[in-house]
Order: sequence, then C-alpha cells, then structure tokens
Amino acid sequence: MTAMVKAEGVHKSFGLVEVLKGIDLEVQSGEVFCLIGPSGSGKSTFLRCINHLEKINAGRLYVDGELVGYRQKGDKLYELKDSEVAVKRRDIGMVFQRFNLFPHMTALENVMEAPVQVKGISRAQARERAGQLLERVGLADKASSYPSQLSGGQQQRVAIARALAMEPKLMLFDEPTSALDPELVGDVLDVMRDLAESGMTMIVVTHEMGFAREVGDSLVFMDGGVVVESGHPRDVLTDPQHERTKSFLSKVL
Amino acid sequence: MTVDIDKTDGPADTPPAGPEAIKAIPVRHYGRYVSAVIALALLGGVIYAFSQGRINWGAIPDYFFNDRILSGVGNTILLTVLCMLIGVVGGILLAVMRLSKNPVTSSIAWFYIWFFRGTPVLVQLIVWFNLGLVFEYINLGPVYKDEWSQFMTPFLTALLGLGLNEAAYMAEICRAGLLSVDEGQTEASHALGMSHAKTLRRIVVPQAMRVIVPPTGNEVINMLKTTSLVSVVQYSELLRVAQDIGQTSGAPAEMLFLAAAWYLVLTSVFSVGQYYLERYYARGSSRTLPDTPFQKIKANMLSLSNRPGSTPGGAA
Repeated sequence: MTAMVKAEGVHKSFGLVEVLKGIDLEVQSGEVFCLIGPSGSGKSTFLRCINHLEKINAGRLYVDGELVGYRQKGDKLYELKDSEVAVKRRDIGMVFQRFNLFPHMTALENVMEAPVQVKGISRAQARERAGQLLERVGLADKASSYPSQLSGGQQQRVAIARALAMEPKLMLFDEPTSALDPELVGDVLDVMRDLAESGMTMIVVTHEMGFAREVGDSLVFMDGGVVVESGHPRDVLTDPQHERTKSFLSKVL
Repeated sequence: MTVDIDKTDGPADTPPAGPEAIKAIPVRHYGRYVSAVIALALLGGVIYAFSQGRINWGAIPDYFFNDRILSGVGNTILLTVLCMLIGVVGGILLAVMRLSKNPVTSSIAWFYIWFFRGTPVLVQLIVWFNLGLVFEYINLGPVYKDEWSQFMTPFLTALLGLGLNEAAYMAEICRAGLLSVDEGQTEASHALGMSHAKTLRRIVVPQAMRVIVPPTGNEVINMLKTTSLVSVVQYSELLRVAQDIGQTSGAPAEMLFLAAAWYLVLTSVFSVGQYYLERYYARGSSRTLPDTPFQKIKANMLSLSNRPGSTPGGAA
C-alpha cells in the first residue's frame, strides 16, 4: 500500500489562533480513515487543507506523493497558480456538512456540472453518467428535482454523486451526517459504506462512532489541534489509552 | 383515473363528513366603512377639480399617437435601454473590481462609485456637454478626429451622462447580489475543480441574479423617468418633444399630461417584464413557482368550463 495522504508537522493558524499544531499522519490508498474529536479540535480544518481550501502555515502535506498547493524546486517552494490548484482538486471529491448543492440546478444538473465544465465531457455523455450515479445513490427518480425539493438526506446523497462524477481518487467527508435528521442518517451512511466497499480512499470527519467502528480501517482522535490517539477503530473506541480520549468517548458513546 | 371513477359512485356534492363548520356572525368594522367613504370623497373631489380646470383634455388623444410624440417615445426607450446596458455592464465590472483582492482596482472602483453617486446626474450631464473646455479635440489616431463639440452630440452626452452614473448604482446592487451568495457555493465549486471565472459565471452570478433583478427593475423604471432630464442637453426625447409641441400648438399643460401618460404606460410595460424575469431567476429557490396572472386566468377559465361537467376532481 502507498500513502494517499501524508501530513508532516502541519500547522495552520487563523490570525493569532493556532488551529493545527503539528499534525503527522498517513492515509493509505484504499482505506477508510476516520477523524473524530470535539468541535474546535481542528479536524474539519485539516480536511480542508487537504484540497487546499485552506493554506497551511508550516509543515508539508502530500496527496498521492505530490505537495499540496506548492511546487518544490531545490529547497525553494513556489506557490501554485489558482488554475494548477484547480487541476489537482479534480482528483479529490469533497462532501460538506451543509451539502452546498447548487440550488439553481436540478439534481441531475448538479451532478453533470463539473464533468461538463471542467473535464469538457459532452452533455449527453455527462447526463448518462450522472443518471447512473444518481441511481447508485438511490435517487434515480429525483433527477429533475431541485435541491429545495429534496430532504436533507437526499441532498447529501446528490452531493456524494456530484463529487463522484469527477471520478476522484480520494473522497473527503466533512461531517456528512451532522446536519441530518437522525432518521435520514442511515441512507447516507449506506451510500458511504457502499463506496468504501468499492475500494475508494475516504477520509471521514464524523461523530458516527458506529460507522467508524464498522467501516473504518484507521481512526484518529484529535483534540486542541494535535493527534491525541490513533489506531484501528475497534481498538481506540473500545480500549482508549489517553485520558482525553476516554472522557470524550464516554460522552459520545 | 380509477380514483375518479370510484368517487363518482357517491353523490358528487356531499361535503366530507366531520365536525360541523362554524357559522358565526363576523365582527363589523365600522371604521373601515367610514375611512373608505372619506377616501372616495377626496378622490372624487380631486377628479372633479381637474375636470373643471381650464385644460383642454381633448387635445391629449389628438396628439397621443402624433409622429413626433412617437419618435420621442422611441428615443426615450432607446436611451433607457442603452443607458441601462452601459449601467449593467459597467456595474458588474465595478462590482467585481471592488470585490477583487487587488487593492488598486478595488480603490479605483470605490473612487468611481464615490464620485458618480456623490454628484447630481443633472450636473454630470451638463459637464459632459461642456467638456470641450478641457478636451478641445478628440483624436483617436487614424480612426477618428474631430472637435469635441462636434463629437459630443446630445445623444452621446445623454448616453454617457446617464449610463456612467447608472453604473455606479448598479455596481452597488451587483455587489450586494454577489455577497448574498453563500460562501459554501464557491467552496463546493472550487472543490470540484472549477476555476474562479467558471465559478462566478456558472454558480455565483445565476444565484446573485435573484437579489440583483428586483432593484435593477427599479433602476430601469427610474432610468426611464430620469431620461427626461436629458431635455436640458437638447436631446429630443419624450418630454422635450411634448414641450416643443406644447409651445407651438398652444396646449403646453395638456402636452405635459400626455407625456405623463406615456411615462405611465412605459413603466407599466417594464414592470410586467420584470415580473417574468424575477420568476425565471426564482427557479430552485422556492419549491413551486406561483402561477403567472396569465396562467391563473387560464386555470380559472378551465375550471369554469369544467364546472357543468360531472367530474368532481377536474377543477383541481
């Protein structure tokens, strides 16, 4: 296995507030990597650094062996142009807590948008592919609905299909079920489980410990901008070593 | 279909069984009757006063479709459309400049808006007309060379004066629209690998339009009326023509009423256009679009024609 994502001493500050204080971790290709921790622990920020929605201040972050956001020549770093960053983002799908579907487009148009606009695929081809993806997430009959006509769970499944339409090699999930009614969480998790079984590399920021235990291959507990504990989900969740992990898990489990 | 057939088994006009509907005597609003009577009396008084005034109302229909009036109307519409075009294009440009991270372009946009919003448009119009004091000649190399006074026709003065002023207002409307779009939209678009320009064009602007269109409709109507200021730089738009005819035909006040009537007609037509434009950009933001008045009339006529028939579900 090769490392899909590799972080070496990643630091990130917003103004004077240091959110990430040196993150070191490796995500292997094909693995489901879960990030848990209290809010404000920096897990979402770290996720957003991976596709360069946030710039890191120190350390190194690699995706598929390539530096994120920079090019290294000798010992000098050159910032990538916006267009170069955009090219790298094509390979990384992202699913947001608040879905962020495009409200002026139907479900099908949402899924078609990036393949047509970014990859230049013909509309007919993109439509066919988008139809297949909507079917895969169980929403073939909602293709012509606007996001406002869909439930939260349905919107999130469309958002997953939209990300998959770019055929990414890595999927980032930023608390994908936190904004959903408890009843609707299951549908989204089913889609994610299905995706994991297909061998997709996934980094999931989540509060769904059940999902992490069942589907996850690795788990990291973050707090205060550092990795407190990591290991196999079953080990960390059932037998946490650190006090901080124990107190957090006792509250959420 | 089968459901309808099942329904016709029972008597069609039996109300659904349930608790008895409330039959109460409604509250009487005597104050409303009194205020309605007062308002109607005042209105009647005003109409009576106008009908008794020394105004020859007959002159208005005589001149309503006069050739010169119609050409004035045409010029007013032309000026409105072209000035709004300059305003919208310039406004989008200025809004993007103001929101850009480049401090020079954003300062220039700020200064432009500050200047054009801060001076009266009438003053701007007159200044454009008299700019020959600064630029004696206009010289675009081999393409065009002329004296300023020859180059700056009343039409061009009107176009630049109103259009550039409008751009400053449109810039603020566009900026508000762009800022109204949730940042998550930009993030989602960037995360999919879309460039800044594509994100703006495909994702942000279509959503901003919902916020931009209503005040822009307001601006169009304002512009239509503001074109009457252009009469001071000798451009023959509606008001100018009406005044000219008024002086020669000996019915100056009547021609002003005529102009007012034409302005009302034009603003009403633009308002209808605005309604449909707003409806177009509301797609996706409300679950079901309300019917247009035309669709409502059509639906009513259908339900009327269906009523004599015996299909109870037909009107729905």
